Amino acid sequence: MIPTPGALELVRSVQTGERSAVDVVADALARIAAGDGTLRAFVEIGAERALADAAAIDARRAAGQPLGPLAGLPIALKDNLLRQGAIAGAGSRMLADFVAPYSATAVARAQSADAVVFGRTNMDEFGMGSSTERSCHGPTRNPWDRTRVPGGSSGGAAAAVAAGFAPLALGSDTGGSIRQPAAFCGVTGLKPTYGRVSRYGLIAYASSLDCVGGIARSAADLALLLDAIAGVDAADPTTLQATAGECRLALGVRTDLKGLTFGVPWELNGPGLDADVLAAIRQTHSRLADLGARLVDVALPHVPHAVPTYYLIATAEASTNLARYDGIRFGLRRDGSGSLESMLTHSRSHGFGDEVQLRILLGTFALRAGWQDQFYGQATRVRTLLRQDFTTAFARCDAILCPTSPVTAFPLGARIDDPLAMYLCDALTVPASLAGLPALSLPCGVGDGDLPVGLQIIGPALREDLLLQVGHVWQQHTDWHRRRPPA
Amino acid sequence: MTFVTVIGLEVHVQLRTASKLFSPAPVGALGDPNTRVHFVDLGLPGVLPRLNRQAVLLAVRAALALAGTVQPTSRFARKNYFYPDLPKGYQISQYEEPFCVGGRVPLDAERHARLHRIHLEEDAGKLIHTDAGTLVDLNRAGVPLIEIVGEPDLRSPADAHAFLVHLEEILRFAGVSDCDMELGSLRCDANISLMRAGATAFGTKVEIKNLNSFKMVQRALEYEERRQAAILAAGGTIAAETRLWQDEKEQTRSMRSKESAPDYRYFPDPDLPPLCIDDELLAAARAGLGELPHARRRRFHDRYGLPDYDIGQLTRTPATGAFFEMVVQAGAEPKTVSNWLMSELLPLAQQRGVAVDALGLAPPRVAELLRTIDAGTITVLAGKQALHHMLANDCDAAAAIGALGLAKITDPTVIEPLALAAIAALPQAATAVTAGNDKAIDALKGHVMRALRGRADAAVVDRILRRHLSPR
Repeated sequence: MIPTPGALELVRSVQTGERSAVDVVADALARIAAGDGTLRAFVEIGAERALADAAAIDARRAAGQPLGPLAGLPIALKDNLLRQGAIAGAGSRMLADFVAPYSATAVARAQSADAVVFGRTNMDEFGMGSSTERSCHGPTRNPWDRTRVPGGSSGGAAAAVAAGFAPLALGSDTGGSIRQPAAFCGVTGLKPTYGRVSRYGLIAYASSLDCVGGIARSAADLALLLDAIAGVDAADPTTLQATAGECRLALGVRTDLKGLTFGVPWELNGPGLDADVLAAIRQTHSRLADLGARLVDVALPHVPHAVPTYYLIATAEASTNLARYDGIRFGLRRDGSGSLESMLTHSRSHGFGDEVQLRILLGTFALRAGWQDQFYGQATRVRTLLRQDFTTAFARCDAILCPTSPVTAFPLGARIDDPLAMYLCDALTVPASLAGLPALSLPCGVGDGDLPVGLQIIGPALREDLLLQVGHVWQQHTDWHRRRPPA
Repeated sequence: MTFVTVIGLEVHVQLRTASKLFSPAPVGALGDPNTRVHFVDLGLPGVLPRLNRQAVLLAVRAALALAGTVQPTSRFARKNYFYPDLPKGYQISQYEEPFCVGGRVPLDAERHARLHRIHLEEDAGKLIHTDAGTLVDLNRAGVPLIEIVGEPDLRSPADAHAFLVHLEEILRFAGVSDCDMELGSLRCDANISLMRAGATAFGTKVEIKNLNSFKMVQRALEYEERRQAAILAAGGTIAAETRLWQDEKEQTRSMRSKESAPDYRYFPDPDLPPLCIDDELLAAARAGLGELPHARRRRFHDRYGLPDYDIGQLTRTPATGAFFEMVVQAGAEPKTVSNWLMSELLPLAQQRGVAVDALGLAPPRVAELLRTIDAGTITVLAGKQALHHMLANDCDAAAAIGALGLAKITDPTVIEPLALAAIAALPQAATAVTAGNDKAIDALKGHVMRALRGRADAAVVDRILRRHLSPR
């Protein structure tokens, strides 16, 4: 099969009428039909509605109406983002039948830019996992090696883009859920600044960390997506009022990296990294220097505490965010022995998987009266220190570099019984999450077994334009993002 | 053994907003169950709270009216517990950082009780128990409330009653809330403990719930005061617990002990940025705050020299006092206006279930009528008829007097035959007056007045009657 073109090319071809949106969507659907049987990137495809949406866009073009900046672009939707009339299940038995009565702001904005938002990509239940093995629908497989995980929690989204099922995918990133699967699957992933994209309609995991972002084949395609979905939203009081520049326009500004200084914190570039990842990152550093960037050492002294800090805050917030799944108004209900307590307990015990139950319990514990200060309270204080670390570091550099993950994609089942080993996969992604900073993961090399390695670039708040610029320059001088997994 | 009673009240007040605290759904007691709900009130996956600025404005106005210190920054917190009427599994409230600290409520002319804090929070829904099972109505879920937490400054159940009366009055004047206990827009829980006279440390406190009127609060506290005194006098100890008032039995019963109180796991709500109350919002809240009742009472005393009773009646609602002043400003005598308000207009308004300024009587028209009466052009009785005519026909006083022919009759040749007829009709009264019982003349006057439909000049009637009844 011919490789799928990038998002930019597709939009241009639909806008000019060279291709119809129906043709573009049908092409994506054909690829999914041919290839997703073994990968299981999607838990539902929704071909009929996708084609109908595409036909509506074609009809508008035929009527002489100008089309939006995402014209005809198929965007695969993660299962935790609401699209009116479609199931939003968050990979959970609890919400297996939950039909969204409204659309998430990011979805609505993409649609109003004439994208065809479709399907439900697989994910770890409620975003709680780093391998997409914690889904009630079973795992998704990595297109590069089907015995390995695609990363998580947006594993379905990353696998779908890597396999060429869709040029773009909408996902969410709480502690690395976009970046880590992007790295594992050899695609480009962006977690925007906290508050840059509205969370309205994103099924909450940890409210102070959750970010809606995207996965694509290139930084340029992500710029297209971000411009369409970002910005203040009255429905989400945590969206940022500050105006940030358009990312698409910023892309052409530079052809190399001259004049840019990248900070390399040793805390994120040595301890715990697999040798093959470290080797790929070292090569990346020298290649960046070749492109004109200056690399300096910076310190992020509180980063070693990031994983426990993240897991205290995320589980504390999750324990109350998930309290609404009580079997009363929507979602799964099991009546039990007739009492209210029995109904609540049965519904939650049957509806939630083990990892979700574990995190709810951890979070409940972290918020207990008398213990809260030493767990949740301590974590919020460390979080403040970590934020200050980044502020200090950004006085000396424009962006910070580190691998996205300390390891490449691991075999299915390898870490499923060892939560700590699984949580340590997030060691390099949670610092930017805790600090609310934008971070981009770019394919930058391969490790053992030809598995993709991701470079993570963390920027100051609202500087997605800079990250995407750097990513674009990188991708104009390298071919890692053009590599395709074996069919 | 004598004890000192220590009482503190916690009052929930519903703010008078058009929509809910965190959603655009309308607020209202009416409407079929679950018709006044937004996705946010249902706690659907993916929803986020959106703070209602009008609720913040009213809350700040309440804080200013109660002399509290408004905090420039405060935070919303989640109070976590499972209950079918609580859609999200947590209530958004304020915990460690309320928007207002301090404040006070007057108890009488000299004393006041301090407030500990005031915070904003959302209401829960309602459960309806039927034979077929329990139903959930979420119309009330998300309705904006302020919780006013009093210091334990009250020393008797009567103090608690006075606290509530004054609190209600202030909040009504401030336009913050309807404060209707029956409709649930004001709810009160009470804490009470007893300590030995002369002791400095408070005794163990008991919380009382299910108090549905101010009188019930007072009765429950009186009962609890007696119950605790009896236990202490017998050498027993008071259990720290929450007790329910059972009005029909006139007693409280234990609901739960303090040890079994749930752990609400309060923590700052990550979905809401800190609440910042800036000078602009403060100024807007202050601008919307009318004169408070105690200030108005003092002013009515100083400016109009009215008796205390009148002042009490005229300042019961903001509208009454304002209407009084408009009529006075339109040129009527303050005491006359006060009398007419109390005897005619307020009962009329109450009958019709509206505020006095909504009767449809323009203050200048009322002033004109009262001037006409004071000038002696028409009698008081005729004035009342004119008033009803004005109301029914939306006309001014002159038109009413003209239409009803109410101008005062002073002509002795008209009055004299009617006076004689009255004496003939009421011989016993006539004899009594002749015998020196002056009071009895009223019956004769009334007879003449009735014959002339109240238009006769009372002085002329009096003079003619007395001439015919002079002691022989």
